[in-house]
Amino acid sequence: MTAWLEEALAKVAADAAALRAVFPAVGRRCGRGPSAVPGWTVDDVARVRLLEAATGAAAEMPDLYRYGDAAEKRAVLRGLSFVDTGDAGRELVADALRTNDTRLVAAAMGEYAATHLDDAAYRHGVLKCVFMGIPLADVAGLDRRTDEELLRMLRSFAAERTAAGREVPADLVKLLNEQDG
Amino acid sequence: MRIFDPHIHMSSRTTDDYAAMHAAGVRALVEPAFWLGQPRTGVGSFTDYFDALVGWEPFRASQFGIAHHCTIALNPKEANDPRCTPVLDLLPRYLEKDGVVAVGEIGYDSMTAEEDTAFAAQLALAIDHDLPALVHTPHRDKAAGTERSIAVVRESGIAPERVVLDHLNELTVRMVKESGCWLGFSIYPDTKMDEDRMVAILREYGTERVLVNSAADWGKSDPLKTRKTGDAMLAAGFTEDDVDLVLWRNPVAFYGQSGRLDLESGTAAAEFAGNSILRGPRK
Repeated sequence: MTAWLEEALAKVAADAAALRAVFPAVGRRCGRGPSAVPGWTVDDVARVRLLEAATGAAAEMPDLYRYGDAAEKRAVLRGLSFVDTGDAGRELVADALRTNDTRLVAAAMGEYAATHLDDAAYRHGVLKCVFMGIPLADVAGLDRRTDEELLRMLRSFAAERTAAGREVPADLVKLLNEQDG
Repeated sequence: MRIFDPHIHMSSRTTDDYAAMHAAGVRALVEPAFWLGQPRTGVGSFTDYFDALVGWEPFRASQFGIAHHCTIALNPKEANDPRCTPVLDLLPRYLEKDGVVAVGEIGYDSMTAEEDTAFAAQLALAIDHDLPALVHTPHRDKAAGTERSIAVVRESGIAPERVVLDHLNELTVRMVKESGCWLGFSIYPDTKMDEDRMVAILREYGTERVLVNSAADWGKSDPLKTRKTGDAMLAAGFTEDDVDLVLWRNPVAFYGQSGRLDLESGTAAAEFAGNSILRGPRK
């Protein structure tokens, strides 16, 4: 861990409002490459640690997201699964699912979304991931939230792709085969 | 030929342009915040635009292997509209973002008192945020506007080597060179400057502190003008090292003064995301 991050963790632990100043600088201070956590970058890990360290982070997260660049938004979305924001995170997930940035959409469909999205929103989140080429392995909660309606939507997506002579993602084929088998 | 386009408005360009730019050698660019064809009427329209410059547009660029950075400012034309000026209060938040490598485009359009105020205020922001500044010189009454811009830069206290004056031509190049600021040239199909005139200027004034850009936007413009200038330089007898200095090392040196230029992980991170998210290597 860098000295900068240690100092930043101490600052946000003392006052969650300090997140506003340190959050934008994490990438240039800590790096942006792949981390030990699959799919997460070094700055994702550092930012989520900052959120976890800050008492009262939940109140800061909506504005950190609203005024964040793409990397900050992604970290807030990841942080929703680690910091208790109650229902407040749902709006952020909904916003991210309206974007066309695969990194934001994938980050939005973490454990928080699996727990908090209603059935319709969860199904459309999953379908959007499949549509955008995001691996299903990145989507949380499929084991317990897959229902008949979602399967219908996914089968219909696969049929559309097949009719068009386009490839159906291998992980989707596998999921549908498991359900049908 | 590796190319860094130090001034190009990619939000107005298509993915075909990104692909053609990559094929021509463009690996990095800076997109300055500026006016659009349609004037804005409120602050929200600026913040959505700024959010795109630090969000969506870098994502788009990364899909084509190009590192995207930007500059943020209230442009001179809209500095005259009182519905737009409150955006000045929101700039500090954006000037801390990772992808923001300068304050700009600032400067003059019609040289009004309102433009004076916004220009000076934003040079002060550049100093506060330890960022370079990108100054647009006016298209009308250019020589007088450039002279006045140099005076404002001098009064602000920002170091001249942290400022580029852009859209220069034969009549403004000498005064900017003498000021110690960087010299920016926008190579356009018909107007501001073309590749052969650019080569003549490089012959006369040298390659030091020169930035060559396409400034391509929503008007008639060509995102490959950087490459065409490099080719014209080679045809005129400049060396490959001269071309590399003008089209790569100079913009890296100028925007590198921000401490935020990220040319390696900019594309490496995209590649990483591309591999993990888009299923296998990019086609």
